[in-house]
Parts: sequence; C-alpha cells; structure tokens
Amino acid sequence: MSWALPLPVAIPLIAAALLVVGGEVLPRRVQDAIAIAAAATATAFALVILQASERHDVLHWFGGWHPHDGIALGISFTVDPLGAGMAALACGLDLLALVYSWTFMRRQSQTFDVLMLTFGGAMAGFALTGDIFNMFVWFELMGVSAYALAGFMVEELGPLQGAINFAVTNTVGAYMILMGIALLYARTDALNLAQIGRTLERRPADRLVIVAFVLIVTGLMVKAAIVPFHFWLADAHAASPAPVCMLLSGAMVELGIFFIARVYWTVFAGPLELHGAGVRDVLVGLGVATALVGAAMCFLQRHLKRLLAYSTISHAGVMLAGVALLDPHSLAGVANLVLAHGLLKGGLFLICGIVLVELRHIDELEVHGAGRRLPGTGVLWLLGTVGLIGIPPLGVFLAHQLLDEGARAHGFGWLAAVGAVASGVCAGAMLRAGARIFLGWGAKEDALLTPEPDENAPERDVSLRLMATVAGVAIVLGLVASLAPGLESRTKVAAERFADTSAYRAVVLHGAAHGDAAAHLSYSVLRVDTASALYGLAALAIAAATAAFGLWHRRLPGGLRRAGARTLWPPATVVRDAHSGIVGDYLLWLSAGTLAVAAVWALTL
Amino acid sequence: MTYLAYGVVAWVFAVGVYGAIVSRNLIHLALCLTVTQSSTYILLLTLGYRHGGRAPIFKGVKLGTAAVDPVVQSLTLTDVVVSVTVIALILALALDVHRQSGSVDPDEISTLNG
Repeated sequence: MSWALPLPVAIPLIAAALLVVGGEVLPRRVQDAIAIAAAATATAFALVILQASERHDVLHWFGGWHPHDGIALGISFTVDPLGAGMAALACGLDLLALVYSWTFMRRQSQTFDVLMLTFGGAMAGFALTGDIFNMFVWFELMGVSAYALAGFMVEELGPLQGAINFAVTNTVGAYMILMGIALLYARTDALNLAQIGRTLERRPADRLVIVAFVLIVTGLMVKAAIVPFHFWLADAHAASPAPVCMLLSGAMVELGIFFIARVYWTVFAGPLELHGAGVRDVLVGLGVATALVGAAMCFLQRHLKRLLAYSTISHAGVMLAGVALLDPHSLAGVANLVLAHGLLKGGLFLICGIVLVELRHIDELEVHGAGRRLPGTGVLWLLGTVGLIGIPPLGVFLAHQLLDEGARAHGFGWLAAVGAVASGVCAGAMLRAGARIFLGWGAKEDALLTPEPDENAPERDVSLRLMATVAGVAIVLGLVASLAPGLESRTKVAAERFADTSAYRAVVLHGAAHGDAAAHLSYSVLRVDTASALYGLAALAIAAATAAFGLWHRRLPGGLRRAGARTLWPPATVVRDAHSGIVGDYLLWLSAGTLAVAAVWALTL
Repeated sequence: MTYLAYGVVAWVFAVGVYGAIVSRNLIHLALCLTVTQSSTYILLLTLGYRHGGRAPIFKGVKLGTAAVDPVVQSLTLTDVVVSVTVIALILALALDVHRQSGSVDPDEISTLNG
C-alpha cells in the first residue's frame, strides 16, 4: 500500500502541470475533464488508503530514505485513518467543487482548474505528511493556491481586498510556524514528527520548547480561523466563488485544527505531559470565544456567504475546544464534526452559487421572496441547516454527542451548552435567511444586519440541474453522516491510535506494525445518549427562536425592544466594528493574540 | 555573539510586522512582509552556524571536518522559493487593486467589513 501514498498529492499536481502546458492547445472541455478525472482518481486513492490504514498505519519514505537504528533522516508520509480521512475529505470536496464548476465557472480561464488541483493536492499532502517542514511546504502551497482562488474575480474590489487580507495574515502565520519549526530543529536535529517527539520527551518542556509550541500552534490557529486570528476568513469567503468557499470552509480551516492535534500528540504531548491542564484551559477558552463570536457575527450578516463564513468560524471554535480536551473520545467527535460539517457547509455554499446565478444577488434582503420559484433549492438549504444543528440522528449529532461525553469526563460539561447555543444561533441565522429568500417571510428591511457590497453574478448559461445535484449530494451525505453504520466505533479506534504517541513513534522509527489487523471494526447502529439528544433539541429550539427573532423582531413590544437594544447593541457594535476589513487591524489582533497566548503559557507551563 | 543574532531575529520580525500593521500602501506592505520573512532566514542560518565550520561541500574533504549545517540552508532556500510566490501574488493583487480603484491604500479600498 505504501506505493499509493503519494498519489492523492501527485496526481492532482501532475494534472495541474499538464493543464498549464496544454492550456493553449486543449479545448476547454477537455481541460475540465482532465481536472475532474484527476480529482476523482485522487479521491479514489485517498479512500483506498483510508481503508488500508484502518488495519494499520501506512508509511511511505520518499526516495527510499528509511530510518536506520531508529534515526529518521528521510521525509515520510505517515498515514493513520484520521489523516487519510482528512485527505479523502479534501480530495472529495475538490472533486465536487470541480464538477460544480463545469458550467458555473465556464467563462473562466484554465487557471481556475489548475489552482483547484494544486489546492486539493496540497491539502492532501498536508493531511498525509509525517514531517514538520514538509507540512510547512504544503501549508504554503495550499495557502498560495487559496489566495489566488479567493482573488479570482480580479475585476471587483471586494475579492481583491479579501484575497489580500487572507494572504497577508496567513503569511505572517506561516512565518511564525517556520520559526517554531526552526527552534524545534535546533533542539532536536530532526524534522520528522516522531523523531522530534522522541527527543523532546526525555525532559520536561523548557522555554525554547514552549516558545516553539506557541509559535506553531498560533500559526496554525490563523489557518483554523480561531479568535482573534479569524478576521481574514469572512473577507476571503465573501469574495470567493462558491466552489472555492466550499474548499476553504469544508477542508482548509479544518486542516489547521487537524494539525494542531497532530503536532500536539506527536511532538508536544511528552514534554508538556504535566501541563495538560494549562494547555487545555487556554485552548478551550479560545475555542469557546471563537464559537460565540462566530455565532454572534453570523446572526448579524445579510450577505449569504459571509453568514456561512461566520458559522464556519463558530464551528471551528467547537472543533478547537474538542481537540483541546486532549482525549481520544473528544477527538473522535471532532473528526465526525469535520466530516459532517465539511459536507453540509460545502453544500450550503454551493447553494449560494445557485442563488447568485438565478436571483442575481447574494444578499438575503435584496432577494427577499424571490426564491419562491426555486423550491428544490430551498429544501436543500433547509436540510443543510437542519444537519448543522445537531438534532438526533442527523448531521453533526454524533459529533456533538462524542464531544459532550468527552467534555463531561474532564469536568467541562458546560461545553455541551456552549456547543448547543453556538450551533443553534448559527442555524437560526441560516433558517432566517432561508425563510426570507425561499418563502418571503419577515420584513424586507432589517437594521440589525450589516450591508455588504453585492457580487457580480455569473452569466445564466449554467446547468442548474448539475449544480443542484452536486449541492444535493454534499448535503445528503453530510445529513446521513451520523447514521453511517459503525462510524462511531471506527472513529473512536482511529482517534485512539492518533493519540497513541509511543505506538506512532514505534511505527515510524522502528517499522513496527501499528494497529491491530484483526481489530473488530463493527458496523453498529447509532447510539443516542439522552443528554446529548436533549442538547440537540435545545439547539433546535434556539435555532427556531433565533430565526423567528430575526424575521419578526419589529413586532416585539416597544419596551422590550428598547431594553434589548440598550443591553445587546453596544457589545454587538464593538464586536462588529472590530471586523474592520483593514489588514493592519487584523495583523494587530494577530500580534496581540500571539503575545497574550505566549504570556499565559509562559507563566503557566 | 549568538544572543545578538537572536535579538536581531526578534527585532527584524517585530519591525516587519509593525510596518505591515501601520502600512498605508500595499507595495510597502508586501515589502514589510519580506522584512518579516528575513528574520526567519537569520534564525535558520544562525541555528546552523558552527564556529570555524566550512561551507557544507564535502567533496574531497576529510571526514570529521567541521562544517555548518546544510539542512537549515536548504530549509532557507525552500523558504525563499515559497515566500517569493506569496509576495509575487500579493504584488499582483496590489496591481489589480490600483487598476480598479486608483489607490493602493488598504484603508481606502475597504469595502468588506462587519
């Protein structure tokens, strides 16, 4: 199986190079077909690798540089089921996005296909790698592809601003990661994750290790859009074409979270062993802040893609809080959340593309009631929204259930309530937008919501059926994710292996077989925990209340409205004004956030 | 001597980020990012430096001769290549911004916010 590991990366990258070379001679449709075929093959290989890795970890040493006597000099792809799953999700979303773009991006140059392929390949490489500098290279490659894709519509100012904010903040994040890597190399003379981890494990963390930890984790948090490093995300999403948003929200942000978990368990779990609580408290705090700020900002949007982008921030916060609990049970929950959220949110972004083409605007007030003639699209929007609430047994429910149980085991039982509020408010905002667009409910004016510049709609010569089918596939897959037989037990086994540091090192450095080929991977049906089911229903109630408030808040009694405005409006204005759209402000937040995290960890670790 | 190099790293990084924060010109902003990036070069090369070490070219050199670390040098090279791409992209975007709005001030082009 080892030979297949580079393929999910190599196939898209080679295809991208072919498209660049052949761009002048090949007809447009042939180019699109090559891109789709490459993405499909990459997805198929990623799934095959996922299946193989469920029995035992799979390694590939580039150039045959195998480790000798437990010393790894070469660069490896080290693949366990969670890494393979991330790669499969990234490749799969890339495939869906390319199929969707068959007609949606018809008028664009071949550059779009090329960038989508390099983006997909880089994300797969990021998920599969077992080497920290190699990770940095994939980080930058997926960054550059994504910046270019975000600024793809260069004839408008919004996309350019979004792309610049995205590129500048993420680049500074990348430099911080590189510095952290350099410090780790200085201490350990190694770049392989397993090798670094084994060398560091010998003594407790000193200042150098803590500084490296801060630099790498905050750099990754920029990519993962964690408050206060999250500002770029909404700007980048508001301006990107819908299929690009699907990849940014569905896979790239999650990869940031994924690598925080990866680098913690392979490298820092040993030296920081006695400081688990200090790491946990800070990361849980950041996760909760992200979940709540994202939800509040989500409610205040009327630009559909920006609304979904803030909901992604909110979900990223829940994911970080789940990783921060530092136990395999919660990690399994995060893995399920990444899967279900990626498909559902990706599908919802694709629906934004349909709304833009058919209704010519992307602003929920502008297209008020205009979506009545698109009932199928409206139903898909509703299904996607419902999936993100976490009601049993749909969508993100299984993920929330595992996260709730993990949180309770660590005395963070209140996290379940935070998760319910965050997903409830976000889903409520989406329901409100859906009800306005597809049903024409509620007022046509709403002073609570932030006006944004509209987007130039693409030509109408698209195949609506193809676009709706792709969106439907993503949403239905996301909706039934929790019901997949055996998913819970399989992700739990995978997460336990992910967090088993010593076994990971034995596999990488000594070639031991990790994982039990005979392990019983059951196909059990979904288990429903009563408390989590109640939280899911509470989230549904919050979503319904939020949506109703958004649609009809002008009908509330005057006294209540004024009291509410006095207490809620000032903090909401402060949070909203912080999202200024100016890149210098974002960098200031980034620096202040990094210094704050560094100060807290310097004092407590 | 080495401490001085680490001080320079921190200083150059901070100066670059400060410049980017207060920048009113996208071209200037891109250059500030290259300054920030230079701090990573200094850090990498300092970490690999050995007193009295020679360049890491081993053809015809006796085993055991001290040499500076070649790994950090290749990391630096990779870093240069990767970051040139990013800076080129930001400059290209700045050019398009100027074409659209006649300005390269990030505060003036802000249309997305809140």
